[in-house]
Amino acid sequence: MTEPMIEIENLSISFGHGADRVDAVKTVSFSVAPGESYGLVGESGSGKSTILRALAGLNPFWSGHMAIAGQKLTGKRPRALRRLVQMVFQDPFGSLHPKHTVDRILSEPLAIHGFEDVETRVRAALERVGLGPSFRFRYPHQLSGGQRQRVAIARALILEPKVVLLDEPTSALDVSIQAEVLNLLTDLRQQLGLTYVLVSHDLGVVAHMCKRLSIMRTGDVVETATADDLSEGRLLHAYSRQLLIASRGYDTAAIAAFGDF
Amino acid sequence: MDKGPILEVDKLNIRFNTPVGEVHAVRDVSFSMGREKLAIVGESGSGKSQTGRAILGLTPGKVTADKLAFHGHSLLNLTPPQWREIRGKRIAMVMQDPKYSLNPVMTIGDQLLEAARGIKQGAEARQHALGMLASVRIRDPERVYRAWPHELSGGMGQRAMIAMMLMAEPELLIADEPTSALDVTVRLQVLAILDDLVKTRHMGLIFISHDLNLVRTFCDRVLVMYAGQVLERLTASELEQAKHPYTRGLLVCPPEIDHRRQRLPVLQRDPSWMEPVS
Repeated sequence: MTEPMIEIENLSISFGHGADRVDAVKTVSFSVAPGESYGLVGESGSGKSTILRALAGLNPFWSGHMAIAGQKLTGKRPRALRRLVQMVFQDPFGSLHPKHTVDRILSEPLAIHGFEDVETRVRAALERVGLGPSFRFRYPHQLSGGQRQRVAIARALILEPKVVLLDEPTSALDVSIQAEVLNLLTDLRQQLGLTYVLVSHDLGVVAHMCKRLSIMRTGDVVETATADDLSEGRLLHAYSRQLLIASRGYDTAAIAAFGDF
Repeated sequence: MDKGPILEVDKLNIRFNTPVGEVHAVRDVSFSMGREKLAIVGESGSGKSQTGRAILGLTPGKVTADKLAFHGHSLLNLTPPQWREIRGKRIAMVMQDPKYSLNPVMTIGDQLLEAARGIKQGAEARQHALGMLASVRIRDPERVYRAWPHELSGGMGQRAMIAMMLMAEPELLIADEPTSALDVTVRLQVLAILDDLVKTRHMGLIFISHDLNLVRTFCDRVLVMYAGQVLERLTASELEQAKHPYTRGLLVCPPEIDHRRQRLPVLQRDPSWMEPVS
């Protein structure tokens, strides 16, 4: 077996102290192979985004073991390791600087990491996400939601990462635009051999993008399943089964049987 | 109870004056509805929310229509006192996100009482409010009555807001993406509450949504909007037999759990969909 690209063992994350302490993530473990796309599913407050932020280095208050590409993650990460892990956020209206042009948004990470030939890289990054050179000097407010999310993806890819963390990348988009962005993400993973961790509340999106996934609730992984388990209804935990039923649409009888978890 | 339509809309148009010229946001939308669940579906910018707002006179745009009538009474050119008799009392609206539409500096109870102002007073209004909170399946109405909006979860806040809209027992409820901000299981529970209310109180419900698959299982009839026009009208159960390529495109492009595809079909937008529908 090849060495995993992402390794997480007994990861715990808590916020606050004493009586106000919230255990957002409780001893979660999973590993993701190179080139794999792994899903984290759950409702709000389940801890799925908290895991992603810890992996990205945006939350230093965690305990347990995390490693990326064989390198153990510690408090201070070397710049080369930071470059390998990039993130695409949920809301393309909030994650792009409103006063920076697309060109500046894309060249800033290059400057930080000391890349050369910025111009060629910015052009190539735009082309890769299906935006022409005409988009280079536009501001975010001159772009549609789907175009903004493409810029956010281009920004994540411009540092040539190995791991891309996707936090609800399409939940703010219309379904027709969601299809375009998901297709783009699928193509990019194949072309560039990327490893994805995708966080979503939408079982359909996760089943489409990921072979394996963890279903989370209040900081625990209640079940780890495959996309085939979902389509064939092979789920063991009552909560995951409820989530699956809920994602199939409105059904009075099924809703009456919902439990509180 | 009268049998006629609750709401009749004929050739509704909404225009906005912008620095770059006039935007014709809603074009010749016509429909009529009774005590049923009518869905208006479309993508962002299709004009679905503006249509809902125009019914309550809440759009900042310029509204014109051949007919916009509630129980046969025209809603065009009403005076502010006339609007006050209708808004919130006979036609109510549920907004998308309880985080922004509840007043953060008033308790839920006070907001419920405010909604009943001029209808019920004092202890009677309080009892009515607690009853409404119970009817949207809030288990501890007393606690929620005393709570501030920030102390409630999204699902709880949305239920409180629905209770608020029902204080005056309206005949028509306009719900603009009432469940988009909620988790899937909570979303279905809130829908079940709306469904019950439509049945037990004989209300009409206009359900504005971008989610065709949800609408298919929840509503009775569907209007599909694109670029300000109604492109197609369907019975919800016959949505699968939709003829218009836009509706068909919307139906197939979300990823499905049971039917996984390597690539998702992408909507090919045809400029002719923008042309006036005859």
